[in-house]
Amino acid sequence: MELSPFYQELLTSLNRGLIMSIALIIPSAVGGVLIGIVAGSIRTFGGSFVRTLADAYAAVFRGTPLVVQLFILYFGLPNIGIYLSPYLAAVIGFTLCSGAYQSEYVRGALLSIKSGQYLGAQALGFTTFQAICWIIVPQAVRRAIHGCGNEIIYLIKYSSLAFIVTCIELTGEGKTIATEYFRFTEVFTIIGLYYLGLVTLAMLILKNIEQRLYVPGFGHN
Amino acid sequence: MTENIPILRVNNISKSFGSNTILDSVSVALAKGEIKVLIGPSGGGKSTLLQCINCLVVPDSGEIELENEHIHFSRKQDLYRLRQQVGMIFQDFNLFDHLTALDNITIALRKVKRMNKKEAMQRARLELEQVGLGDKETLYPAQLSGGQKQRLAIARALAMDPKILLLDEPTSALDPTLIGEVIAVIKGLAVKGMTMIMATHQISLIYNLADEILFMENGRIVEQGPPAALLSAGNKSKSQGFCDRLNELSEVEG
Repeated sequence: MELSPFYQELLTSLNRGLIMSIALIIPSAVGGVLIGIVAGSIRTFGGSFVRTLADAYAAVFRGTPLVVQLFILYFGLPNIGIYLSPYLAAVIGFTLCSGAYQSEYVRGALLSIKSGQYLGAQALGFTTFQAICWIIVPQAVRRAIHGCGNEIIYLIKYSSLAFIVTCIELTGEGKTIATEYFRFTEVFTIIGLYYLGLVTLAMLILKNIEQRLYVPGFGHN
Repeated sequence: MTENIPILRVNNISKSFGSNTILDSVSVALAKGEIKVLIGPSGGGKSTLLQCINCLVVPDSGEIELENEHIHFSRKQDLYRLRQQVGMIFQDFNLFDHLTALDNITIALRKVKRMNKKEAMQRARLELEQVGLGDKETLYPAQLSGGQKQRLAIARALAMDPKILLLDEPTSALDPTLIGEVIAVIKGLAVKGMTMIMATHQISLIYNLADEILFMENGRIVEQGPPAALLSAGNKSKSQGFCDRLNELSEVEG
């Protein structure tokens, strides 16, 4: 079956966009989780100075629109001599924003770990840092995983904002074609299906991670 | 036993939380192989005393010496070293919920004692065998019974080669039918000459193991002496009265 020239062009563009989207999502998701664990740990266990810094970070990035953050990174930073490529500006923006949300899930999970776990580690001679690293965080990760997964799924969809800093990904490519052919319904329906595919894939991966991390006594018994 | 010089000396330890004095100038000395049992009403300061001895709760004042080494409460390294040498058994076990029975033991050996993985596993298996859990190494705490959990906690503490073991009501959270297996392990330790301080309401541990009974009330040790003296028939000591009540209770339960 031969596709019409419109669909041929659309699918070529969307596939190109899809690759860019994945290139945006993967580092942002990984970076977001890592920042979330570090910032969440600091916000829970840190000394008052670093805790204030981490709290301020979460407050700013959760409290301002992502669009504003991206604009500042891409159009604002050149004013102080920092020039970021569209791709880099988008990844940094997504990572910082995602990390701020992740830190809240991680913080909640850390607070839910019984104090006896920490006491048990301390009594064996663990330093505070070792106890957090080897006992508290591994348990908290298992409690946070559902929230963190939720945030990653959300990230997949807000990655479409990259096109406002001229990083042309899935939505950006589609929009160009839609405008050119003035066929918005088909184009955006297909874009929606692409995102649905991405999210489904992410859910499968998350489910797999969840199963690998499964320990009796955590989550469902 | 008492002819030995004390390996642990606790002098005039005090601890308050706000205006509430929990420990009021308590002193204890422990010789190698000696077993002291803390008894007394709840809220008397038994748990806090035990937690102060390994500085899980840092005392407000007083002194702790382990093998003639003075512990500086403000030096974190001192506290970490002290805790490595003083094992602690908790009422509610405090096993690491995300680790298997084996890893509960190896994690401290590897991270605190810096043993390599193979050595740590060998040692952990030996300790599991000692408490009768040799076939349970792959199970997680949630898959163990209360008695098995406490035996695992004891194995975990022993793997660190502690000079002293502190036991904070080790059988209080257990189902009556499971207490026996934990008591057997503790008695085994006593036979091997482990130095212990134990808070317990378990009459058989008090009668059979204690070299000395310390009766605590309102943050002070108000009576102390060997069980033969304190618990002899007709003695009007507080310890005697307390143990009588424990006996009555266990008869009612039985």
